Order: sequence, then structure tokens, then C-alpha cells
Amino acid sequence: MRPIRWLRKNLVVVFGVLTLVYLIVPNLVVLLFSFNKPNGRYNYTWTRFSTDAWQHPCGVAGMCDSLTLSLKLAVYATIGATVLGTMTAFALARYRFRGRATTNMLIFLPMAMPEVVMGASLGTLFLNMRIQFGFWTILIAHIMFCLSFVVVAVKARVMSMDPRLEQAAQDLYASPTQTFLRVTLPLAAPGIAAGALLSFALSFDDYIITSFNAGNTVTFPMFVWGSAQRGTPVQVNVIGTAMFVIAVLLVLAGQLLGSSRRKVR
Amino acid sequence: MSAATAPVAGPAPLPDPAAPAPLPAALKKAARRRRAVPYLLLLAGVAWLLVFFVAPMVYQASTSVQTGSLDEGFKVTWHFSTYWDAFDAYWPQFVKSLVYSGIATVLCLGIGYPLAYTIAFRAGRWRNLVLILVIAPFFTSFLIRTLAWETILADESPLVHFLNTIHLLDVTSALGITEGDRVMATPLAVVCGLTYNFLPFMILPLYTSLERVDGRLHEAAGDLYATPFTTFRKVTFPLSMPGVVAGTLLTFIPASGDYINAELLGSTNQKMIGSVIQSQFLRVLDYPTAAALSFILMAVILAIVMVYVRRAGTEELV
Amino acid sequence: MTTPETLNGPADKDAAATAVSGTAAEAPADAVRLTGISKTYGSFTAVHPLDLTVPAGSFFALLGASGCGKTTTLRMIAGLEDPSSGSVRLGGADVTALPPYKRPVNTVFQNYALFPHLDVFENVAFGLRRRGIKSVKKQVAEMLDLVQLGALARRKPHQLSGGQQQRVAVARALINQPQVLLLDEPLGALDLKLRRQMQLELKRIQTEVGITFIHVTHDQEEAMTMADTVAVMNAGRVEQMGAPADLYENPASTFVANFLGTSNLIETEVLGADGDTLTLGAAGERLTLPAARCRPDVTAGGRVLAGVRPEKITLAHADDADAIPAGRNQVRGTIVDSSFIGVSTQFVIDSPVCPELEVFVPNVERDGRLLPGAPVVLHWNPEHTFGLDAAQDIDAGTDTDTDAESGTASAGGGAA
Repeated sequence: MRPIRWLRKNLVVVFGVLTLVYLIVPNLVVLLFSFNKPNGRYNYTWTRFSTDAWQHPCGVAGMCDSLTLSLKLAVYATIGATVLGTMTAFALARYRFRGRATTNMLIFLPMAMPEVVMGASLGTLFLNMRIQFGFWTILIAHIMFCLSFVVVAVKARVMSMDPRLEQAAQDLYASPTQTFLRVTLPLAAPGIAAGALLSFALSFDDYIITSFNAGNTVTFPMFVWGSAQRGTPVQVNVIGTAMFVIAVLLVLAGQLLGSSRRKVR
Repeated sequence: MSAATAPVAGPAPLPDPAAPAPLPAALKKAARRRRAVPYLLLLAGVAWLLVFFVAPMVYQASTSVQTGSLDEGFKVTWHFSTYWDAFDAYWPQFVKSLVYSGIATVLCLGIGYPLAYTIAFRAGRWRNLVLILVIAPFFTSFLIRTLAWETILADESPLVHFLNTIHLLDVTSALGITEGDRVMATPLAVVCGLTYNFLPFMILPLYTSLERVDGRLHEAAGDLYATPFTTFRKVTFPLSMPGVVAGTLLTFIPASGDYINAELLGSTNQKMIGSVIQSQFLRVLDYPTAAALSFILMAVILAIVMVYVRRAGTEELV
Repeated sequence: MTTPETLNGPADKDAAATAVSGTAAEAPADAVRLTGISKTYGSFTAVHPLDLTVPAGSFFALLGASGCGKTTTLRMIAGLEDPSSGSVRLGGADVTALPPYKRPVNTVFQNYALFPHLDVFENVAFGLRRRGIKSVKKQVAEMLDLVQLGALARRKPHQLSGGQQQRVAVARALINQPQVLLLDEPLGALDLKLRRQMQLELKRIQTEVGITFIHVTHDQEEAMTMADTVAVMNAGRVEQMGAPADLYENPASTFVANFLGTSNLIETEVLGADGDTLTLGAAGERLTLPAARCRPDVTAGGRVLAGVRPEKITLAHADDADAIPAGRNQVRGTIVDSSFIGVSTQFVIDSPVCPELEVFVPNVERDGRLLPGAPVVLHWNPEHTFGLDAAQDIDAGTDTDTDAESGTASAGGGAA
């Protein structure tokens, strides 16, 4: 009887763990097959263990160029979207003004729009304006769709901030600029960081919108897409695994840093 | 000197609010400047969205009623029948998009809820680690993960072999969601990929709203004769509704326009509307049809979103 | 007129008001002087045009229920709220147009508003650093010692208890040696015992540093314990101002009478005026009221509210009525309810003059006959009676419990 009772009590946890496994398994497969040495071009079946791909991660023509391009795009798009989005979020969270509801709607719409619609529309515009597709058109598109996510993240944080903290700073002789730099910005930082992180991930990972605005420029997701048609090189798995590991380590490091700082002080 | 020690209050000589004492000009100037601040802050962001989001939409609207060809150029001819022709030609793909993404959304809710609940109430000191594991797949490329499913569901994979051994695929094939002894290139594979890819978009909002639910409410409900299941149905679930709505939208909207899963995991029979728009735009170069299809998709999505937003309120989502 | 007299009449008060308006213009000794200051939000008037003068070095309290305009007034002094009209002067200088960071005042905020990302030391040093002072170490250490937090300098605010956070907030403001320290419900978040302790501590600090304190509170006991001068605010107006004892003994309106402690208010008719005393009648009983303690100008036949504090009343069993000395005000009644609260017993008496008279009897020698249902005689020294304008709402200020969240819309006392 005991195992049954235990199961009944922890059923939800069991399902939760299964879902977690479902989420993680593809990453494990990516990891596993990054050590594969496939016979043909298709890296679908396990053949034998090899670290070739890890030793020569840039051994595939064009892959590392596309990776560099994607990283560069992601950094620029993150900076652009974070700056614009943070300003917009402050205006929406801190002020009552005419057009606030409309602006909220404008911010909401890109998130409620399938990517394929946004990508095709922007692509049509560039095409008809005879603007050369390439790095800049991709960047414009990325900032456009990252912006709303930054606004949402920062706005939530700013709205939960106690306005009295800024008043206290003003009361303690901080000019508006000093108040912003010394109090507002440090307090809003977690929201801004979350928005920036999300922007980076979204920009780096985007395929659909990029494909409409890239012309002949090849970003990393576009490289993967192209290679999927004719057999994905093992190196793609290497990059995927490395990104996963780096991301997890960064987040863990951030967590540890945060908790150790809390303990010391 | 009575003033030094006996402070006295009283009404001002003219308590009529219609004739207040004049304010210093500096104060008025400061107030005017403060009113301008939000607009200055908004300027860049809103301008960006107006130029690169709204303007393209308007332009797209005009494109959808143009005729012509790439060589001769396109002209606005109010050719509304493009809409009808496009819908007539591609309605199966529309239906498939909505059905696949709808099923994927329901599946996401069903399997995402237990995990969100576990993180919120049962994970204890593991909470942060589990959250990281939910978010981390985001950082591996969407495409690479979808390709991993291609490996998992490949004909010669151990999983498919197992499913064949227990004859489960016979059942699913009879139901029409798989074909023969294959999983790849079937509706099941596409829905499975969609569910997987958009699951974090469901879990995170669910978790956010569940986290706000006071754990003591469970005890209170139990104290008031509710069984665990009733507690969930009458207390926890209603309180997590904002997360359910947000998660559903964040899953359904991108899933309905997605074509990566359909292209990589499905066959031509599982093509979704995103594929059609993409190929009309990038390969066939029939911009009016691509535009019309985009608008039809957008209209359908917006209609669905509006119904939801009316129930939940935008403030919660934005 | 250097100190308000305990028993000054309404005429004296008016004279004082005139005197102040006449002389204060050339009185730089005032720490704060508000002239015709008001605040309106749309159609709602939070603060009606108001004149207020706070002398330098005093501990001044603005007392009122939530929503009465006291915090708005404080924020206008701090510069956190722009007045709709009027001017703010600090130590003689007009600061109405100055932003908060250019005003020589500091605020202890409600819930403290400590910067969560800075430790105690940096919170306290914040103001000094903003004014460009480089070597802050010694000053901060001294200030932390004054509030007894020297050991916790490197803690973050969330690691401190409520009382400790409160001290940091005070230290953070005081270190700047402001002309005026503004305290916005500084003790509201503390539990009762700690609040008592901090009341004494704030009083000690104020005496030690000699800075003018303006303290906003809804707790009448807190205001009376700490302040030299209390201004009672109601619905955006100052109802009465004076020393705590003066306000308590001589309330000028029913709101003040009910909001500060409790009062028994009896509706009476003026039967006659004989020089210094008025004779009042209510339900057949006769009461005497010193004319100097009657706020409104009344003549025979007019109506007046006669008030007396519950602890001034002596309770005698009806059998002992003959033993009551002559010359005291007497009212007959029946005990409805009694509750024992340690230092005293509180009785509710049903009397023809008023259905619910409250009497606090100190528990010295308890009379076993004083049980519910017993007939009693209430008597008190006529000097303890006060007279209020009968046109006011008799219940003004009663439903505004000290912790009440509701506004004071109903309590619209006609005075001031």
C-alpha cells in the first residue's frame, strides 16, 4: 500500500519530472551525437565515438563565419532593443499621458503576431524601398521584435519598484541624474538584464523573420537550416552543446554569486 | 513674540480655491517640462515600431490588393480576389496550422502545468535549478533542437523501434496520426515538435502566476473540507488563470505561424501556412498572395487573441 | 502669551491668530512657514489653503486620520509635491520653487524607503556623498552610534528588523543636519512595544540634536507623547493646534474632542448666563460651565454641547447621592455595562441626558454595588466641563479609529 500512497501524493511531481525529461532529452541527444562519427552525410544513427568535431569545431566551411555574424547581430540587437525598450518601459510604467493605452497596444502587437507575418511584411517593405538586404536589414528586424519583450520585462520590474525610493534619493540631495544613476538604474537592473538576456536569445535563435530579411547573408540558424537539407555536420551539435553548457554555467555562476554575496553581507 | 512659541493655524485669508495665490513661474515651467518627459522617452522605441512594424503592415495591406509581376512591377488594382484565391488554394494548410498548433497548445498546458506546479510548490531548494533547466534549452538553437527530434524520431531510432514492438504505432496509424511503422513525416511528429519547442513559453507564465499563489490557501481549502483535487479545481487553477491565458497565447500564436517543425519533421502532407507564405515570398515571388495569406492568418490570430484579451485584460499580458 | 494657557477661551485664540499673522513675517526664528498653501487633485481638495508656522527647535506633530491631508502637507514641505497655491518658507527663505534635492530638509519615509541595493553604511552616507563630501567615514560612524547601529554598518536593509530599519532611516536623514526633519508615520510599521520604545528614542534624539522635527501620525497617543505642539487635521484643514495637554483639556471642536481620547458630549440648552458661569439644562438636569471654557458665544435659550472626559467623572451609587459635595455637576443614570481593564474599570451609563456616557474609574477601592443595572450618580468638577458649538456633528472623529483606513469624509466638523 505504501508505494501507492506515495505515488498518489507525489503524482504531480512525477509528471513534472517527466516533463523536465521531455525538455532535456533533445539536448542530451545533441550532446551525444556531437561525439558521433557518422558514416554518411546524415548524423541520425549512432556509429562510433569520436572527438573529431570537438577538435575541429570550425572544420565546416562557412559555419563559424555564420556563427560570428549571429553573435555580432545578437549583441547589437540586444543593445539596441534594451536601450529603446528600457526607455519605453519607463515612460509606460512611470507616467500617465495621452496615448498610453495605444502605446501599450503597439508594444503588445508584435508579440501577438506570428513571426512569418512580421517577417514577410518587413521584407516586402525593404524590397519595395529597394533597400539592400544584409546585416543592417536583419539588425533592424531583430531590434523590432526584441523591443516588446524588453519593454515587458523592464516594465514589470519598474512597476514593482517603490517610488518612495527615488523620492528618498531626491530628498537626500540627489539631482535627477544622480537619482537615476544611483537608485533607479541599480533597482531596475534585474529587469533590464532579463530583457537583455531574452533579446540575445531571441535574436541569436531567430530563423523565420531573419529568412525574410537576410538576402544572401547567412546567420547561424540559416546555416543550420541550409545544412539540414543536405545533412547536418556534427560540428553543429558541438556548437549547440557548447551554447547550452555556457548558458547553464553562466546562469549558475550568477546564482552562486548572488547567494554568496547575500551570505557574506 | 507670540509667533516664536505659539504656532497658530487657521484658514488662509482667502480660502476660495477659485482664487489661489499665484505660483512661481519656475514651478509651472518644471511642470511643463515633466509633461514632456514620457513622450521623449517613448520617441525612439515607438518610432522604431511605427516604421518597422506598423508601416510594413500597412504596406503589406496594399501589396495584398496589387497585381503584376516581378518584371513589370506591381500596382494597386484593388484586386480583392487574391484573398479568395489564396484562401481557396491553401485552406487545408490553414486548417492544419490551426489544428496542429491548437493541439500543441493543449498538450503544452497539460504537460506544462504539472511541472510549473512542481516548481512553484514542491521543488523546495531545487527550484532554481529546475527553472534553469526549463530556460536553458532556449539557449541551444531552436533549429538544432528540432533536428535532435529528427534523430529521436528517425525510422531506425530505438524509440520508434520500441513503439513498433509494442504495436502502439498500429493504433496511432489507425487513428490517422501516424503512417505505417513511421513517426517521422507524420502529424504526430509535427505536433510533438511544436509541443516541445513552445513548452517553455507555457511553463514560465504558468510558474509566474502559480508562484504568487499563497501556499497557505491550500491548507485553508483543506481545512474547509476540500479534497486535494477540489482544492486544485476551486482554488489553485482559478488563481493561475492569468498564467494559463498568457501561456496559451504565447504558445498558440508563434506555433500557428511556425513552419520549421512542419518542414523538418513533417512531409508535404503536413505543410503549415507558414511554409506556404515563406515559399510564395522567397521562391514563387508572388508577393500579393504571400501578403494576402499573411493577412488572413493575422486576422484569425487577432480574432482569437481578442477573445482572450477581453477575458484577461491587456495589462496583465503587456 | 509665551505658552498657551491651559484654559484659554476662544477669544484668546483668535487674538493669538491675529498676532501671529501680524508679526511672523519678520520672524526668521520660524523653521517652517506655510502661507495659503493648498493642494488639489482634479476636483478633490487634499489640503485647503492653510497657514502654518513651526518654530525652530520644536517637535511638531501633524495629527489626523488617513486621508486628512497631513502627509500631503508634509510632502509639500519636502518638495515631493508641488502646491496648487501658496508658498513654503524654510528659515525665512522661500523654497516653493525648489526641487526636493535643493531643500535643506530631510524625510523619514513611511516604511523607511531604505535603498535595498545599498548597505546600512551607504544608505546613511548617501546624502553626504550626493553633496560632494568625500570623507564620510567618521560622520557616518558617529551617526550610527547615535542610533546604536554601529555594529550593523555592512548589513543590507532586508537583514534588519523593523526597529533597526527605522533607526537607519532616521540616521540617513539626520546626518545631513537638515533645518527640519520630516517624519511620515515613522513608527506605523512597528509593533506596539517597539513603537513605545522608539517614541522615547526619537524624543531623546530630537533633544540631543536640537533640530526641528515635524512628525505626521494618525496615532493621537504618539502625537501627545512626543510633540511640544500638535496640529489636528481633518478633511484638509487644521482643526486645532496647541500643546498636547491644551488640546486634550480644551478641545475646540467635536472632532478634536472625540479624536483625541474620548469625550462625553451632552446636548444642552443654555438656561442662563451669570458672569463667569453658564447654567445649562438637559433632560431636567442642571450643569454648570465656566463661560471661559465655552467655545461658541451663547445667550440664554441657545444650544451648546457640554463635554467632559470620562476619567474626570466620579461614579457614586444612587444610595450615596447625599454624600456628594455641593457645587459639582451631577447626572443620574443606570450602569449598562462594565469592563475591567486593569488600571481602571470602564463603565457605560445610560442616562436621560445621553444614552451612552463613558466613565473610567481607577481601580483603587472597588465598590461592589457598581454592577450593570445599578442606579448611579455621575459627578464632576464643573471646571472640567467644556462647551462646544452645537451646530457640529456630535460624532465627528469617533468612527475614525486610530488605525482606520477610511477617509474622514463623514467627519466634517464645522470649526476652524
